[in-house]
Amino acid sequence: MASIDLKSVRKVYPGNVTAIHALDLSIADGELVVLVGPSGCGKSTLLRMIAGLETITDGTISIGDDVVNKKEPAERDIAMVFQNYALYPHMSVRQNLEYGLKNRGTPRDEIDRRVTEAARILEIEQFLERKPRQLSGGQRQRVAMGRAIVRQPKAFLFDEPLSNLDAKLRGQMRIEIRRLQRSLKTTSVYVTHDQLEAMTLADRLVVMNGGRIEQVGKPIELYDRPASLFVAGFIGSPPMNLIPVEALVAVAGGTMPDFPAGTDIVGIRPDQVLLGSRDGITLSGTVELIEPVGGESHLYVRVEGIAQALILVQQGRASVGEAERVDFILPLAALHGFNRESGRRVE
Amino acid sequence: MVENRPWLTVLTHLVLICGVLMVAFPVYISIIAATHGPTALTSGRMPLLPGGELWNNVVEVLTRQQRGAAPYWLMTWNSLLMAISITLGKIAISIISAYAIVYFRFPGRVLAFWMIFITLMLPVEVRIIPTFAVVANLGLLNSYLGLTIPLIASATATFLFRQFFMTIPDELMEAARVDGAGPIKFFRDILLPLSRTNIAALCVILFIYGWIQYLWPLLVTTDPNYYTLMMGVKRLAAAQEADPQWNTIMAAVVMAMLPPVLIVIFMQRLFVKGLVETEK
Amino acid sequence: MDTKRTVFPSQGLPYLLVAPQLIITLIFFIWPAGQAIKSSFEREDPFGLSTSFVGLQHYARLFQEPAYLASIGRTALFALAVTLISMGLALVLAVAVNRLIRGGTAYSTMLLWPYAVSPVVAGILWWFIFNSSTGILPYMLEFVGVDWNHQLNGAQAMILIIIAASWKQISYNFLFFLAGLQSVPQSLNEAAAIDGAGPFKRFWTIVFPLLSPTTFFLMIVNLNYTMFDTFGVVDATTAGGPNQATNILVYKVYSDGYIGLNLGSSSAQSVILMLFVIVLTVIQFRYVERRVQY
Repeated sequence: MASIDLKSVRKVYPGNVTAIHALDLSIADGELVVLVGPSGCGKSTLLRMIAGLETITDGTISIGDDVVNKKEPAERDIAMVFQNYALYPHMSVRQNLEYGLKNRGTPRDEIDRRVTEAARILEIEQFLERKPRQLSGGQRQRVAMGRAIVRQPKAFLFDEPLSNLDAKLRGQMRIEIRRLQRSLKTTSVYVTHDQLEAMTLADRLVVMNGGRIEQVGKPIELYDRPASLFVAGFIGSPPMNLIPVEALVAVAGGTMPDFPAGTDIVGIRPDQVLLGSRDGITLSGTVELIEPVGGESHLYVRVEGIAQALILVQQGRASVGEAERVDFILPLAALHGFNRESGRRVE
Repeated sequence: MVENRPWLTVLTHLVLICGVLMVAFPVYISIIAATHGPTALTSGRMPLLPGGELWNNVVEVLTRQQRGAAPYWLMTWNSLLMAISITLGKIAISIISAYAIVYFRFPGRVLAFWMIFITLMLPVEVRIIPTFAVVANLGLLNSYLGLTIPLIASATATFLFRQFFMTIPDELMEAARVDGAGPIKFFRDILLPLSRTNIAALCVILFIYGWIQYLWPLLVTTDPNYYTLMMGVKRLAAAQEADPQWNTIMAAVVMAMLPPVLIVIFMQRLFVKGLVETEK
Repeated sequence: MDTKRTVFPSQGLPYLLVAPQLIITLIFFIWPAGQAIKSSFEREDPFGLSTSFVGLQHYARLFQEPAYLASIGRTALFALAVTLISMGLALVLAVAVNRLIRGGTAYSTMLLWPYAVSPVVAGILWWFIFNSSTGILPYMLEFVGVDWNHQLNGAQAMILIIIAASWKQISYNFLFFLAGLQSVPQSLNEAAAIDGAGPFKRFWTIVFPLLSPTTFFLMIVNLNYTMFDTFGVVDATTAGGPNQATNILVYKVYSDGYIGLNLGSSSAQSVILMLFVIVLTVIQFRYVERRVQY
């Protein structure tokens, strides 16, 4: 078990393409940190730099007290779970689990003990003698996890481990990974592009964009107080409504607050928008489309003077129909202010 | 099939039967010839049904000591040794060079690739004399090394392995590295076992390649003890002007072509895979 | 040229891994080829004591020598005939096997095995069949008034090596045509049938055009085969005779150089053949690259 520290870490690919811009991040011992962001944001590169599969252009990465910049992946005492599992196809599940331990010269009885233990935890005991191709996707995923667990490493690195599973299985495995990480208390770095997975798994969430960190914090903090337009748009589904202030002022009624200096975009979560007319900024528009999701309904409302349709979440069934006009309010307390130029939050 | 036209199906089978007969015809004739006594074939009218002399002819081929030629069993042994050495040698040097080219980045890597590629453009036939001179200078005439080493550099096998390695997911090597496997361990524990089918398919193709070599052994051997079967049967056939014993010549020919033909028939799947994939 | 996303850190190991192949390539391929080029520009005195640079003299002589020019013509005829015959027959057979729902594999097996017969053995087999005193074909040809003797008649000798070389190559072409045919989507055939095209029309308007990459590839390979791999066929049957009638380029290099010990001329011939293979290989690989892109 160990903490992981990244100090002004940079990655520049040949041809002067910068993948990671001087980045600092500290991951505490036992913590599960999720790196999330759109594809190409540098999250996988960062993970692979921690693993030792990519070289570090500048800065230092330490695991525990060791600076590992120059160390081979095997010497860093980390384990990695890959998106396509990367199980050795010609080896049985047992041999897959044993391989890393054997290479490290672990004694036979210790290997057996750990493999049995990991197989029990992951409920793959009955598959130990099978080859990976005889397993289902979920079972392969478990074996890949098992290969990491048996090693008892300082840290787990997960590279989009659930992306190849179907939606239902992904939900199950997500819970399982959370449960497992809690009980093993192994420091973990988890990369995903799925914001729901990120929100539900993370102790702390790192939102990345264009090779930089946008914001770090507890998932719910990021949801409640996104530090940038990017985070506001990325975290939360359906995404936050972002409305230019000038458009809002032009078409809205009710009480318009004094926005802090520099605010030119306001954001509001779709579930904070209320139907009817009460205190707050009042708007009216035409319902373009209703998506009944089941427990709630998503209303896409077109407001004259605002470019994109606003999204409203209504609990239960929609109380209005498509093409009908609705009045709704944006409660002042739920508004987030942003500056378009800097992309940052305005307090 | 899109539609059902019985006459077309009949035609199809007719065409194929003709094709098979055409392809089999010369071999059938040679097998028939190998089953008759010496007089049946010199009369001008060749019999079309098998006779009962096959065993005698085979024994004759195996035991007769021709002047200036090696015993048949020794030539068979030489051919076998040559085919197997070429097969194993080609596979060994090709798989490791493909491994270096795919799994490492090193100065000179592209140059190495092109040097291997160039071998495709230099068949023995276009460099007969100077290659002979090199082998002679190295003292490798009339030796098993001289018969095999110059033939084991192969661009096609290297390309096949390169192609195959590129299809292996990158993550497999990364996982192995995280698991503590270095380049040698990864090659031995992961890459080699995964290449089994490709190696087997190449074995079939390369064994045939080695077995049917003719020009090269003709150039580098003058000592009958190193003659191969292909040379041997050619010499036997050439000697018939003086001594037209077609029955034993054909028995020898049939025996010489049997091993690779049997391999193609019984390992057809690997043979097809090997042939089609080396040409990609 | 690609490597893996991550590669092993390396110092000496990759060099060690490519060394065996490169050393063999250097010693037995590149060095001799260089020697051939060098000596094609040189003349050695009769005792082998000194050599002098003579420029393009060997080449100039070669192209004035009627025997060489005749050999080029014969090689072209031979290559063209073998390519056409073996590819044509192979295509017919491959189309037939591809039509079958059952039994295709059995036919394939019986059509594939001649690949494993060496060119020398193929030569001997056909030589025996066409042998003027004992062979079965001359005996039958006599009934239609043909007097067969390839040991005296040059045209007949050429026919003999064309048949022997084509026979051996049918399997290879068959295999690749069959693979090509099997990759033509069945839905295209069905769509054409719905459009009212009969089986023969479908073949010529749909299947054959789609097969053109395979056809092109095989043409290159077959030219290569007839130019070089047929040495054994010629050596086992006619040895270039009678009266040079079957002395194709590759056999001439061998007989002028190895038997006749005419080094300069043989080297110049080698270099010309080398240029020919290089052109063929480049065409083949440029085409392969294109195929990968599509």
